[in-house]
Amino acid sequence: MPKFDDDTDRKVSIILSKGTLDWATAMLVIGNAAVSEGIELHLFFTFYGLDAVLNKKMDHLKVTPLANPAMGMPNAIAALPGVTAMATSMMKKMMKKESVPDHRDFIQMVADAGGHLHVCRLTFDMFGYTKDDLYDEVEDVISAADFLNIADGGQIIFI
Amino acid sequence: MATEVIAGQEISVDDEGFMTDPSEWSDDLAQALAKEISIDSLTEDHWKAIRFLRADYAEMGETATIRRVSTETGLTTKQLYELFPKKPAKKMAYISGLPKPTGCV
Repeated sequence: MPKFDDDTDRKVSIILSKGTLDWATAMLVIGNAAVSEGIELHLFFTFYGLDAVLNKKMDHLKVTPLANPAMGMPNAIAALPGVTAMATSMMKKMMKKESVPDHRDFIQMVADAGGHLHVCRLTFDMFGYTKDDLYDEVEDVISAADFLNIADGGQIIFI
Repeated sequence: MATEVIAGQEISVDDEGFMTDPSEWSDDLAQALAKEISIDSLTEDHWKAIRFLRADYAEMGETATIRRVSTETGLTTKQLYELFPKKPAKKMAYISGLPKPTGCV
């Protein structure tokens, strides 16, 4: 029979420093894989990554082809008004086709599966946010040192 | 191809121990497979997930992910993690006699 290894002490911590839909999704795909393997998961949102757990912004994450050669659009065109919105809408359609949930559903799913959400204290203070600005599933606002203590002994992924 | 004996029945399995022949599966075998991984009794909700997985595999040719099971059966993510603790995707597939799911989400 398969080795289910329920008593694993594996732990993964992912730092999200970017506030765009593509990187936030990358975090959630890896995070979701971790929780579904019974691995303890901690997500740490810092700098622009905080947008992924801000009530007012999390439903409007975008992806831009500007300064992103992989998307194959000249920067002069990528900089035009409306292009970011168009690229975002295309990306959302592509993700939907692969059954990737909307960002809010996806992060809720990872939280429901036992993933822990932490917000960076410095970013939180610097931009003047309050607890009400944060998505409900965020557990706490912690310092970098606190985060390193939580992540100690596991794998850390920086996005 | 490897075989294993579960509850007196010989079944074909892959390298990891997942069943490879869906026709060898039965409700009784599911109960026995569940016991193997410390799920002592299968409730209505367990069966809801298992029945969906079996039907979906027959139709789609691949094992449904947790997300798909949840959206199609109405069982929430939380419920699935309670019913099949720690590794719901693989445990559901194992008990349902299907290959482990290959999808990410």
